[in-house]
Amino acid sequence: MIQFSQVSKRYATGYDALKNINFTLENGEMAFLTGHSGAGKSTLLKLIALIERPSRGQAVVNHKNLARVTRRQVPIFRRTLGIVFQDYKLLHDRTVFDNVALPLVVAGMEHREIGKRVRAALEKVSLLNKERAHPITLSGGEQQRVSIARAVVGKPSLLLADEPTGNLDTQLAEEILDIFLDFHHHGTTVLIATHDTHLLARARKRVLQLDHGELARDNGARA
Amino acid sequence: MKRIVTYFARHAQALVGTVGGLARTPLTSLMTIAVIGIALALPAAMWVGIDNAMKLSNGWEGPGRISLFLKRDLSDNAAQKLAEKIRRRNDIAKVDFISREQAFEEFKRNSGLGETLENFERNPLPAVLVVHPTSEASQAQTLERLVRELRQRDEVDIAQLDLEWVKRLQAWLGLAQRTVVILGGLLAIAVLLIVGNTIRLAVMNRRDEIEVSKLVGATNAFIRRPFLYTGLIQGTAGAVLAWILVQSSLWLLSGPVRELTQLYGSGFRGVGLDMSSSVILLLAGAGLGWAGARLAVGRHLHAIEPK
Repeated sequence: MIQFSQVSKRYATGYDALKNINFTLENGEMAFLTGHSGAGKSTLLKLIALIERPSRGQAVVNHKNLARVTRRQVPIFRRTLGIVFQDYKLLHDRTVFDNVALPLVVAGMEHREIGKRVRAALEKVSLLNKERAHPITLSGGEQQRVSIARAVVGKPSLLLADEPTGNLDTQLAEEILDIFLDFHHHGTTVLIATHDTHLLARARKRVLQLDHGELARDNGARA
Repeated sequence: MKRIVTYFARHAQALVGTVGGLARTPLTSLMTIAVIGIALALPAAMWVGIDNAMKLSNGWEGPGRISLFLKRDLSDNAAQKLAEKIRRRNDIAKVDFISREQAFEEFKRNSGLGETLENFERNPLPAVLVVHPTSEASQAQTLERLVRELRQRDEVDIAQLDLEWVKRLQAWLGLAQRTVVILGGLLAIAVLLIVGNTIRLAVMNRRDEIEVSKLVGATNAFIRRPFLYTGLIQGTAGAVLAWILVQSSLWLLSGPVRELTQLYGSGFRGVGLDMSSSVILLLAGAGLGWAGARLAVGRHLHAIEPK
C-alpha cells in the first residue's frame, strides 16, 4: 500500500523533481508510472524505497509513515520491498543462487530455509536450471529475471520496478511483464516505472503519468 | 536461545567469508600482514633487548664494590685480621687491604699536593678494605643488607656502596624503555593506518556489493562485519609474524650472546618473549587491526549509499 499526500521533492541543487503529488495505491493493486525522461518517475520510486526523502508532504508505505523511519530502521523497512532495476544490479563475482539469496542472507535467515526460498523464487522466473551459473553468462532477459527473483525472494508485499524492460527487446519485455502480472495475480502490490507504451497497452492497468514533476494523469484514481 | 545461535551463525558466516576473501587475494593479504608484522616486531624486539639488559645489569658482578673506611686508631694488624674474617664469609669473593701508609702515598702521588701534604704531622687518611661480594650476592638489595652488616662492626668507620654507575645504567635503560614505548605508540598508529588503508581499498573494491546489499536491506553492522574480521585477522596474523620474527632473531643472537657473557664470566642467559608478553603482543595486533578497520569502514561506508 502506497499513499502520497502533497509530496514534493526538491534536490539540493534547487531542482524540483516532484511537485505536490497525491495518489493512493491499494494493497494488491498494480499500476504503471510513466512520463518523459526526467519527469520524476525514478525520484518517486526512490522516495518509496527511502533512497531519497521527501522535501514536503507525507508518504505512507506499507502502513509506515516514511518520515518516522529513522536511518537505523531503513534496512528493516527495505526488507518489506522488492526492487527491480533497469541495470539489474547483479553481483558478477557470485552465482545466480547467491545473488538471489542476498536479501535472505542479509536478513539473517537460516541456511536451509534460504535454499528452499531461493529455488522457489528461481522456479517462478523459470531459471531453476541456472542456479550455479554466473550472471555474466546469461542473456539480458535472463539477468533481469534473476533480479526479479532476488526482488521477490523475501516475499515482499510491495514490488517496485524502475524501467525493468528498458534494455530488452519487445518479446523479452513481454515475458518480463507476464512475470509481474503473475505476482500481481498472487496478491503482490506492483508499481512499475516505464516509458514503454507498448507495455502499458498490453497490461491494461492503472497508469500514473508524470509531467515535469507533476501528476498529469491518473486513469484509475480512487477518491 | 535461537537468537544467540543465529547471532553466532551470522558471525561464523562472515568469518568464513572473510577468510575466503583473504585467500582469494593472497599476495595483497600477505604484504599487509608482513608490514604489520615488521611494525610490531620492532618495538617488541627492542623491548625484549632492554628487558634483557636490565636483567643483566641487575646481576652484574663489577659494581657491587663496598669500601670500608676503618677507624683511624686501628692497627694494620687488626685491619688485616678483619679483612681475613670478612674474606671467610661465603658471600664475599675478594677483599683488598689498603693500609693507611699506602693510602697516603697514593694520595700524595695522585693528588699533586705532595709538597703541601708534607706539612701534615699525622697521616689523616684511614685504612680501607675494598670488599668484592660474589655475583650471587650482587643484587641491589643483598648488597644494601651486606653494607648495613659491615657498618655495624666496631672497626668500621664508614661503609660505602659504590652503586652509582649501575644506577646510571639503569636510568639509561629506563630512558630507552620510555623511548620504546613512544616508538611503539608511533608504530601502532602506523599499523592503524596500514590496516585502515587496506580496508579502505577493500571497501572501494566492493562498492557495488555494498550498494546492492543496502538496497536489499542490509544493516550497516552486517556490511561492516566482514571488513572488521579482515582487520582482526590481518592484525592477529601480523602479531604472530612479529612474534616469530622476534623469537627467531633472539635464537640467532643467542650463540654470540652466550660467548660474550661467558667471556665476562657471567652465567647470564637471554630471555625471549614470555607468556604474558606474547599475549599482549597478540592482543595488540588484533586490537589494532580491528580498530584500523573500524575507523576506515566507519568513514567510507556512509559515502556509499544507493542512488
